[in-house]
Amino acid sequence: MAKVIVDRVKCVSLGVCESLAPAIFEVTDAGELELLTDGDIDDENLEAVRAAVAGCPTEALTLVED
Amino acid sequence: MSVDRLVVVGASLAGLRAVEAARRAGFTGSVTLIGDEPHLPYDRPPLSKAVLEPDTAVDAPTFRSLDTLHREMRVDLRLGERAAGLDPRRGVVCVDGTEVGYDALVIATGSVPRMLPGADHLDGVHALRTIDDARAIRAALDGGARTVLVGAGFIGAEVASAARKRALPVTIVEALEVPLLHAVGAEMGAALAELHRRNGVDLHCGVQVLGVEGEQHVERVRLSDGTAVDADLVVVGIGSTPATGWLDGSGVTVEAGVVCDETLASSTPGIYAAGDVVQWHNPAFGEPMRLEHWTSAAEQGAIAAANAVALAPAKTYATVPYFWSDWYGHRIQFVGLAAADEVSVAAGSLDPERFIALYRRGDRLIGALALNCPAQIMKYRALIAKNASWSDALEFAQARPLAATQSH
Repeated sequence: MAKVIVDRVKCVSLGVCESLAPAIFEVTDAGELELLTDGDIDDENLEAVRAAVAGCPTEALTLVED
Repeated sequence: MSVDRLVVVGASLAGLRAVEAARRAGFTGSVTLIGDEPHLPYDRPPLSKAVLEPDTAVDAPTFRSLDTLHREMRVDLRLGERAAGLDPRRGVVCVDGTEVGYDALVIATGSVPRMLPGADHLDGVHALRTIDDARAIRAALDGGARTVLVGAGFIGAEVASAARKRALPVTIVEALEVPLLHAVGAEMGAALAELHRRNGVDLHCGVQVLGVEGEQHVERVRLSDGTAVDADLVVVGIGSTPATGWLDGSGVTVEAGVVCDETLASSTPGIYAAGDVVQWHNPAFGEPMRLEHWTSAAEQGAIAAANAVALAPAKTYATVPYFWSDWYGHRIQFVGLAAADEVSVAAGSLDPERFIALYRRGDRLIGALALNCPAQIMKYRALIAKNASWSDALEFAQARPLAATQSH
């Protein structure tokens, strides 16, 4: 199972990931990025998460694929 | 025709993403990246944000190391070299008196900031486009400069924030009656202008700069309302124009930028464009547009190069534009288009700390502006992408009242 990791130092909650993979990422009212899974990414969301990793303006996301 | 040589002109975000995408697509031919700055590709949004913060490092926010670009990505880097011409019949880019041959070309030369005529000979007068500009501005701010921003756009606002963080005197001069007219429309431009006033900035709208005066270093800025403002630092943020001069005579069609179709292909076979320089047909709105946003530059660079090396069927690029800006600790986010028939505050109210405004064209939602509503804005981006109707958008907003005001 692929896993996504958020670098909390780099992340400034710009929300690009949420717009590309809304099933996985959501920015909260407090301006924090929340993972809607425990980090595990199923096949259904893999392409969207790849796009989110590539689309992150602060390169805060890493996808670890087995 | 098979592509053996990919050349990318412009070594900023779009150009970097182009060479990365070509390799990711499995392209094994030669890749050349040409950039007129001497620096490795670096990120520009931090130049008006983190780089100007007091007490932070001023290192260039470099994307990749030289080693990564050379060894892992096998990119022939030609930095500090300026493309001066293009001859598509022979398939060559003219660079500093030499010719670089290509089979496929991605144009990613970005844009050039507009300057005030007759002002750039004075020390202390800067545009803000490059890391060298940012370092000079940072040094002036750290030195306690009395700061004048020409143009109340995002560059001006972010530099004003950095100056006010140091409690420096700041004046913003805007030629139009409200700031950000084209970016967010008149009503919301006026609402955001309040942030400047509340943070101690002297904002003059509907006023022109008549002259920037000084001996060797800038001393004052003379305005059309008869006043003169003492200044040690003047930052000019009055927009930019696409860097297309080097394409003159090439036959590549240029209007508001390099004209491209929805696959980012130009009028000339084998030539694609990405980033600030491209005016492409955006299928999300069915109209041509040119954007100067981080997100679209990154995505266009990747798609333009993948289409240029042609190892897979061409992809189209459709997007709902997105940009953000940080002022005085407030996060401003905009999605979609601002040229609307109606703008309506859908949540919160215009005065205070946070609101969402929605933009209507016909019966469709086409844009949304958020002040300090990071949890909301991307949901509107999704609605715009889905062609949501205006009534659906208002209903969506009513179902999501803003939480209690956060302190900022």
